[in-house]
Amino acid sequence: MDETVARKLRVLADAAKYDASCASSGAPKRSADKTGIGSTNSIGICHSYTPDGRCVSLLKVLLTNYCLFDCAYCINRRSSNVERARFSVREIVDLTLAFYKRNYIEGLFLSSGIIRSPDYTMEQLVLVAKTLRQDRGYRGYIHLKTIPEASPWLIEQAGLWADRLSVNLELPTDAALTAFAPEKRGSTIRAAMGQMSERIAEAKEERRSFSPAGQSTQLIVGADSASDEDVLRTSAGLYSSYGLRRVYYSAFSPIPDSTAKLPSQSPPLQRENRLYQADWLLRHYGFDVDEIAASSDGGMLDLGIDPKLAWALKNRHRFPVDVNAGEREMLLRIPGIGKRAVDKILAARRHTSLRLEDVKRLSGSVRRALPFMIAVDHHPGRSIDRVDLRARIAPPPAEQMSLF
Amino acid sequence: MPRQVDLARGADLDGFRRAARALVAAGVAPTDVVWNADSEGLFAPEDLGDAPPLSLPRALATIVSEAVPHSDPERYALLYDLVWRVTHGAREVVEIASDPVVARLHGMQKSVRRDIHKMHAYLRFRSLGPSAPGEPERFAAWFEPDHWILEAAIPFFVERFRAMRWTIVTPKGSAHWDGDRQTFGPPGTRADVPGSDGFEAGWTGYYESTFNPARTNPKLMRQHMAKKYWHNMPEAAAIPALIRSASSRVDAMVEAPPTMSLKREPQGALAAMMEGGAPETLEALNAIIRKSGPLVPGATQAVVGEGPANASVVFVGEQPGDEEDLKGRPFVGPAGRLLDRAFGEAGIERRDVYLTNAVKHFKFEQRGKRRVHSKPTAGEVSHYRWWLLKELELIEPKLVVALGGTAVLALTGKQVPITRARGPATLLEDFAGYITVHPSYLLRLPDEDAKAAAYATFVDDLRRVREIGGATRRGAVPA
Repeated sequence: MDETVARKLRVLADAAKYDASCASSGAPKRSADKTGIGSTNSIGICHSYTPDGRCVSLLKVLLTNYCLFDCAYCINRRSSNVERARFSVREIVDLTLAFYKRNYIEGLFLSSGIIRSPDYTMEQLVLVAKTLRQDRGYRGYIHLKTIPEASPWLIEQAGLWADRLSVNLELPTDAALTAFAPEKRGSTIRAAMGQMSERIAEAKEERRSFSPAGQSTQLIVGADSASDEDVLRTSAGLYSSYGLRRVYYSAFSPIPDSTAKLPSQSPPLQRENRLYQADWLLRHYGFDVDEIAASSDGGMLDLGIDPKLAWALKNRHRFPVDVNAGEREMLLRIPGIGKRAVDKILAARRHTSLRLEDVKRLSGSVRRALPFMIAVDHHPGRSIDRVDLRARIAPPPAEQMSLF
Repeated sequence: MPRQVDLARGADLDGFRRAARALVAAGVAPTDVVWNADSEGLFAPEDLGDAPPLSLPRALATIVSEAVPHSDPERYALLYDLVWRVTHGAREVVEIASDPVVARLHGMQKSVRRDIHKMHAYLRFRSLGPSAPGEPERFAAWFEPDHWILEAAIPFFVERFRAMRWTIVTPKGSAHWDGDRQTFGPPGTRADVPGSDGFEAGWTGYYESTFNPARTNPKLMRQHMAKKYWHNMPEAAAIPALIRSASSRVDAMVEAPPTMSLKREPQGALAAMMEGGAPETLEALNAIIRKSGPLVPGATQAVVGEGPANASVVFVGEQPGDEEDLKGRPFVGPAGRLLDRAFGEAGIERRDVYLTNAVKHFKFEQRGKRRVHSKPTAGEVSHYRWWLLKELELIEPKLVVALGGTAVLALTGKQVPITRARGPATLLEDFAGYITVHPSYLLRLPDEDAKAAAYATFVDDLRRVREIGGATRRGAVPA
């Protein structure tokens, strides 16, 4: 591999790594034709993991880290002294294909600093995707970052070639955006999200391809003063207004060459983890933000226990739930019992009555569920009312962990 | 006396199926069978004979095909136990995931699926270059699966790397793709595959750079990517050093005082950016439109609007037709010629007005040699809407005329029945609007009298348009 390209790759991968999203999921099933390469399936593949435990699925790079914007939280802001580089369209296309052919990656996740103008930058991003698809017969995954300040027709073009589009809101409130990202506007970002969400829905209805894996966004956690409740309300709003597939939470991480405006501290990883768990409860377990907020501490999630357990401890009158008779919605709320286990319980109990041993075979971690559930040969008795219940089931003080 | 069944080395799905059929037919209970998995001899010493296929629930067929590749020697005995119960009155047992045998088989399925998934994820190809100049590049990979998954894992590689030529070598067998056909061969060794590849250093560099030392969590990494895979993954060589240096890198970042920018503010570039890259003239906009590909493949070229950039009336049609597509000009086909005639009778000069379409590319169905116009969908119309609105913003006409339903949809975002809405209308906030039919509607009317009447009404509409909009260039002297 060419030395210059290798050097640029280091600079531009380093510049892109603060974007948490690396998912290659959600694309329609595609496979290569006789003269091409590339395929997608709905679940995506992680081709490697770095020592931060995060998945390496896509070649996540910037086209360039030169940038005219000056967002305080970003390593690539124009006032930063970081080393700069720029790929040509040809270089990034060739690099993607070379990595893809060796089975290092699932596809490309391309973003860019703003050079010359938002329109020019967006055109370059679209050109990379178009070249891969049209000239090189590439059918693998492409995720393009949308530049919300660019003209709307460029978004229309981007969706034709990309599997997923995303705009990062980064900060959950407009006030924080104004303070930390002077060139950005919350309203502009929402307009772009709205446009993409309309086009994605129309295309789906008309069975055309437009960003078929939907759109996602990222919120930085811990750079501003927003509470977990603020963050979750913003997410819930984004999910319902723009049909986002995912909101990624990225614990604000110290960057080399940081600005005085922001805290230089270790990233609040446990907080990020709790937000992911709460987000999961919102999307898959039938919780709403009010319920989660009510079991939080002044809008902040309990760092010591997961939000589902926190809710259960504050709503003990709803337990214990009989696994042989309880409604699905309540089974989903038993701490330690996941969605898959619930589905297995529902299928099995049509034919048999479940004993504790049976539930253990269906679910990985029944220990935490014991005070909250009833089985044929198990009843927690009064243990649900014990004042020291939390101490008895809560895991020891958490070391750093994360959900990915 | 227990029956003995020897099955071939690996995932002997056929052998198991045949044996299970015969044993069920002969009424041999699971406790009376000894299963020898992965037997070295080629086939069952004891001829079980053929029996008719069993009718098994779909869920069981899945369990069988997914558990057979597992390397556990007990897999066939467990499977036969389940088959026996299902064929002897307990069909529902496959749905009881808490049943001890079902639970164990589910566990095997899960490991087999994970093994396949990890092979798809962690296998690394190395280039052998083309066999001769101009020939396709060849690749080879070495992988060590836990289970007998090679055949089940290969279709993924075929679908993904169809244009390449490749060989995958494992201790349990090999697979080869020649661009047309897949073949399976004997096991091999690591030495059958090249020891390096020219892109591995670059890939490792990427891996190192994408790692964030402030989030170091090696335990989580190992949960997903067990150490046993590392020795076949080039990037994994970087892991120890990355972990070792992480905390000092983070300390350095946290402790470092905020830096001052060493550069001057790029005032000129910022000013230029603020001016925006958005087009400021109709010409610039049309250049962008011409450059953009069609939404639906097929069109020869984009057909942009035509007329004075300061026209006081803009006519919006649907989309270019066959002739427009070839000539690259709007309203030059049959409908355009009819429009010209009607303009003449209504006293409108074509060169004084601006003619454009809601959609800028021709969309058609090929029927023999003919390219038959195909109506744009609502979604396609909205893709093009930005351009139309920008055109109007730049022209600033007195009146915008929607010719037909697609134009109304493009301007208002709503479907409106033309016959009822015909006449002056509010299409957009900033401009007066007028709705009439598209001239191609007149061409399609089958009845000659109806056609003549509709044409006369259309000409009347155009006369009113001329009255409201002036239908002349601003500043030009009306005739």
